[in-house]
Amino acid sequence: MIDFELPPQVQQARDMVHMVAETMMRPIAREYDEREHEKPWDFLHTMWEASKATNPVSFGGGGKKEPGTPSVRNLQTVVSIEELSWGDAGLYLSIPNPGLGGAAIAAAGTAEQRERFLARFRSGPPKWGAMAITEPHCGSDTAAIATTAVRDGDHWVLNGTKIFVTSGKMAAQESDGFVVVWATVDKSAGRAGIKAFVVERGTPGMTVVKVEDKMGIRASDTAMIVFENCRIPLDNILGNPEVQRSTEGFKGAMATFDATRPAVAASAIGIGRAALDFVRAELEKQGVKIRYGVSRNKLTAIERDFMDMEATLQAARLLTWRAAWLMDQGRHNNLEASMAKAKAGLAVTQVTQKAVELLGPLGYSRKYLLEKWMRDAKINDIFEGTQQINLLIVARRILGYSSKELN
Amino acid sequence: MVSFEPSEEQQLVRDTVAAFAQEQVRPQARASDESGEIPASLVEQGWELGLTQALIPEAYGGAGEAHSAVTSALFIEELAWADLSIACHLLAPRLLVVPLIEAGTEEQKRRLLPRYTQASFAAATAAVVEPRWDFDLASLSVTATRRNGSYVLSGTKCFVPLAAEAEHVAVFARVGNGDEVGVFLLERGTAGMNILEREKNMGLKGLATYEVAFEQCRIPTEQRLGGAAGCDVNRLLNLQRVALAAAAVGVARAAFEYARDYAKERKAFGVAIAQKQAIAFMLAEMAIEIDAARLLTWEAAWKLDRGEDATREAVLAKQYAANMALMVADRGVQILGGHGYIRDHLVELFLRNARGFATFEGLLTA
Repeated sequence: MIDFELPPQVQQARDMVHMVAETMMRPIAREYDEREHEKPWDFLHTMWEASKATNPVSFGGGGKKEPGTPSVRNLQTVVSIEELSWGDAGLYLSIPNPGLGGAAIAAAGTAEQRERFLARFRSGPPKWGAMAITEPHCGSDTAAIATTAVRDGDHWVLNGTKIFVTSGKMAAQESDGFVVVWATVDKSAGRAGIKAFVVERGTPGMTVVKVEDKMGIRASDTAMIVFENCRIPLDNILGNPEVQRSTEGFKGAMATFDATRPAVAASAIGIGRAALDFVRAELEKQGVKIRYGVSRNKLTAIERDFMDMEATLQAARLLTWRAAWLMDQGRHNNLEASMAKAKAGLAVTQVTQKAVELLGPLGYSRKYLLEKWMRDAKINDIFEGTQQINLLIVARRILGYSSKELN
Repeated sequence: MVSFEPSEEQQLVRDTVAAFAQEQVRPQARASDESGEIPASLVEQGWELGLTQALIPEAYGGAGEAHSAVTSALFIEELAWADLSIACHLLAPRLLVVPLIEAGTEEQKRRLLPRYTQASFAAATAAVVEPRWDFDLASLSVTATRRNGSYVLSGTKCFVPLAAEAEHVAVFARVGNGDEVGVFLLERGTAGMNILEREKNMGLKGLATYEVAFEQCRIPTEQRLGGAAGCDVNRLLNLQRVALAAAAVGVARAAFEYARDYAKERKAFGVAIAQKQAIAFMLAEMAIEIDAARLLTWEAAWKLDRGEDATREAVLAKQYAANMALMVADRGVQILGGHGYIRDHLVELFLRNARGFATFEGLLTA
């Protein structure tokens, strides 16, 4: 039955995470935007201690459940991420956890690999996982990946350069983490030759050469990592090492995104809600209340803008919940995950940019967080597949086209 | 517990109406738009679906099923997908029956409801919109003034569906000088209620709508919906908003599907135009926005079904769906290019109908 009521356990998790966002993240949000490349260690330790027990921000894996046993895990994840990102999206992204690399291992790894790489997130000091896909010459076009993995006896040898690795420095250098690296084992095989490899922190030949200076989400490090004759054990490959004729293996790796795109969408919505809350509060200070029952032709421009922002954000939220809910049911959500990501990324970009306009000097001033939220928001329209890549996926799905037929 | 899946019962209603919509209603869409007529046989077939009678308590001859805005949103989308004019015609009796079920006194129900459980279609309607650019549900210009134990209605309504044949008209009017709104249940032929000429609109041409003028129209106080104290008119308006939002989703989906199918057939530069990103991306955005509006609509309907105030949700869903439908229908025409402008294709009809949602109020109710 169609229902929009969050289950009690999800509501409780949301309330708890909201408290963290309000009391621990908001007060330091500006500070770690200004002090780029520094880490809020007190906050990170606190989050690590909390996540060791409950892991409120891990995602994916819902589809791996036994059929017929729906859970609310992914729904709870997107709801929690919205709250954390309402607190601060950069700080949320910097929280120690398995990250996208962990999601890839959860989706494509064997039971042994999941244990070997993910068990560490249950104890010890804070750790990070990261995923390295993008290269200087290619982003969305993952089939063009030039980083190579060559088999040499008991090892794979990686060579190449990866950029835009979220938490790459923390995963590769600063903690007992790992980086999941996408590389080709056979350039002539195109996509079928692309495989994912887990590289443990500190492996010789893996070097963090740069941490990017960014427009927003500055509390999160974005690394450039060079692999130079980087040798890793044979069984650090995720999935089948054979190059198949089909692109099944590649599709398996891409399936990671079905879990992570709703998470990105949820983060976007959290930022958008923060902006909307701020605008509403500032308007109310001046006695401006949004009149919902009044004819649109009699509303002020600000009321109309505000209502459009509110509706578009709520629409994005419901699309995101739907994508997470499908995963919780153990159903495919490739189309719905891309719909949610495309919608939420654009919605938060537009909502925050409009919010800055509506509040004039208050919006543009660094005295308030709104301008920061606008800068933070934009990344959601780009990472985990740009707006355009997600539209392409949606288009292929609704038209029944393969990537050959529509590219 | 969050779920995006209709119940089995809801799915059955949806499938039944969808089959009727596709097989019986859609083939008639163009002809009705051209002639302004809807065949009586189609109206009777639509009546047999029981979408109105189902709500009426068994005591008055109906099926006594629970009234659900979510279920209504599901079947309204299907009928509007097939044709908006025909959907509004078939569902017009609900404009009276739903307010009665929601807020009528026992006496009002007993007197009026049995008329709508007969074997044949009986027209009823609601008079909500007024012919002015600043028409506002929150401050109506049609007034109901208390005078000597009666109400006197005055002012003019427009977009009143089936007014000429309606057995009863539910008139939304401002009571007194404040912002109180009342609903008044008028019988056909009431003195002072003048049904003017049939309207000619840009779209919705298959639906007979009328201006209705009230001049010294005196009615007993018992004809106020809910009795002397009136009723929660806001809830009735929200049910209408949700219905229009669902209809907008239906019209948009019709335009989207038409354009999608065309784009896969039509070749340019050696491939289907759908294989070009310029077209494919338009279609992708249309699909996303249709789902977005549908979910907002369902959420507002769900809130109404829980008996909560859903003014904010219903207003936002309706506005969002109205804007969305216009955008989607316009792109539908655009994707067909010159052919989209020719009346051989339905997309221009969808665009004319979609433009109306910003203006439409009270044509449907969930």
